[in-house]
Amino acid sequence: MQLTPKEQALLAGESGPAAQKAMQILATLGRIFGAQRMIPVRSVQIAGVSYDNLGEAGLAWLSEMAAGGGQVQVFTTLNPAGMDIENYQSLGISEDFAENQRRVLAAFEAMGVVSTCSCTPYLFGNLPHFGEHIAWAESSAVCYANAVLGARTNREGGPSALAAALTGCTPAYGYHLAENRQPTLHIELTANLHDTPDFGALGKTIGDQLQSVTGNKVPYITGMSDASLENLKSLCASLATFGGVALFHIQGITPEAAQYSPPFETFAINQADLDSAKAELTSAEPGQIDFFSLGCPHLCLGEIQRIAHALAGKHVTKEFWITTSRPIKGMADRMGYTAVIEAAGAKFATDTCCVVAPIKGRFKALATDSAKACYYATAKNHFKTRLLSFDDLIAEATR
Amino acid sequence: MILTGRTIFPGQVSAEALVSQMGISFYGGVDPETSKITEAGHDLEGQSIAGKILVFPSGKGSTVGSYILYRLKHNQLAPAAIINAECETITAVGCIIAEIPCIDQVEISKLGTGMHLGVDAGRGWVEVDP
Repeated sequence: MQLTPKEQALLAGESGPAAQKAMQILATLGRIFGAQRMIPVRSVQIAGVSYDNLGEAGLAWLSEMAAGGGQVQVFTTLNPAGMDIENYQSLGISEDFAENQRRVLAAFEAMGVVSTCSCTPYLFGNLPHFGEHIAWAESSAVCYANAVLGARTNREGGPSALAAALTGCTPAYGYHLAENRQPTLHIELTANLHDTPDFGALGKTIGDQLQSVTGNKVPYITGMSDASLENLKSLCASLATFGGVALFHIQGITPEAAQYSPPFETFAINQADLDSAKAELTSAEPGQIDFFSLGCPHLCLGEIQRIAHALAGKHVTKEFWITTSRPIKGMADRMGYTAVIEAAGAKFATDTCCVVAPIKGRFKALATDSAKACYYATAKNHFKTRLLSFDDLIAEATR
Repeated sequence: MILTGRTIFPGQVSAEALVSQMGISFYGGVDPETSKITEAGHDLEGQSIAGKILVFPSGKGSTVGSYILYRLKHNQLAPAAIINAECETITAVGCIIAEIPCIDQVEISKLGTGMHLGVDAGRGWVEVDP
């Protein structure tokens, strides 16, 4: 791998131990994956923020990097934390956890990382353009950036994303190279998709099909007539969760699709396939639900507007979380949506979500519109789940 | 017998081999406080990886696993070295941040638990019974 004199100087430790460690990580990954060189990145999104996932080990490493003089070289945003930074008490988060979570955020902030605490950085200020090279972690955002925006990133982990932030570059391999962005499997869709659970179910069906595939897996979807921002963010989260997908194309919808024809190898998906995927994500009966959560990935303003309209004048009977980012919450405050939603008894869980908050053992069964949230509720927290449309979920929560 | 491989993170060490035929998920599959493999049904379940030259085909699971290797190192319970058939991002990054010697592209079928191994990861070689 060819390093520039500046990159070699970082590797030699001339900019301090944190930058040196960062370059060691990138140079080694470049060697493992056969990169010829580094490429500059315009932005970074870092995952591995919740103290529930990082633990003392992750915090210790982040603190070591901050103490070693690490400073971001490009605009860098952060994934959700394990709690609402401003309002964790009402969500039942302990003071101990809150203190540890604040130590994590302090380490990131000391390095110049903006503590956005959201999985949807593209909704506010970290929006890469077509063809732009970036280094993002957070698998759903990686998928959104590659597929929907046409930006170029591999699926980074927490340390490799931080390494890219501290050096401003990433090894040129994988989805940074045009030849790896070609579709590998044709998904022939004959079902009509309406709401976010339909798109989540589609992601699970494709993801399950791709489980055993190693190497590049780039689905090319035909037969989809329309998809909103909400739909696409749900599809991205589900494809990444169930199939490890980092890039896909949808004929007539995503920007790179027109460059390619559908691949020969075809997998057909019909309404019955989507119905069975939804059934697999529904293990709880309506009466068992003790936790409702909307916002995986984080809600956009349109979704919050919709929730406010649906909840107006009603009252939720169980714990109900609205998970979103701080900037979107600010707009919801201004428009009065927050007041309507809180009057109905639902809680804003800003900066966090039901996947990364420390809620194991607190609930028995989660209802959500997100296939990804169903997966982690089961795998991480051992909850039963119900995958419901927005409207059905609000109807059940206010019954 | 000398086997050759590719440097992931340099360092020289000699210790006893602990060999698995299965992938290892450090996050959720290894207890960072005891260094024991906790994944149910794993061929090393219940065994401590501390101080061993840990040999396995490839890492798997969450990227948070890299931090578990770092934590093991801080607890002085890290493996002495890691040898993979094919190293992936989680193990590679974990070895770099924890400074654990690591090589891959080694013919690991020739290695068995209990063998005494000398590893020079910087040169990319493993010697059996040095």
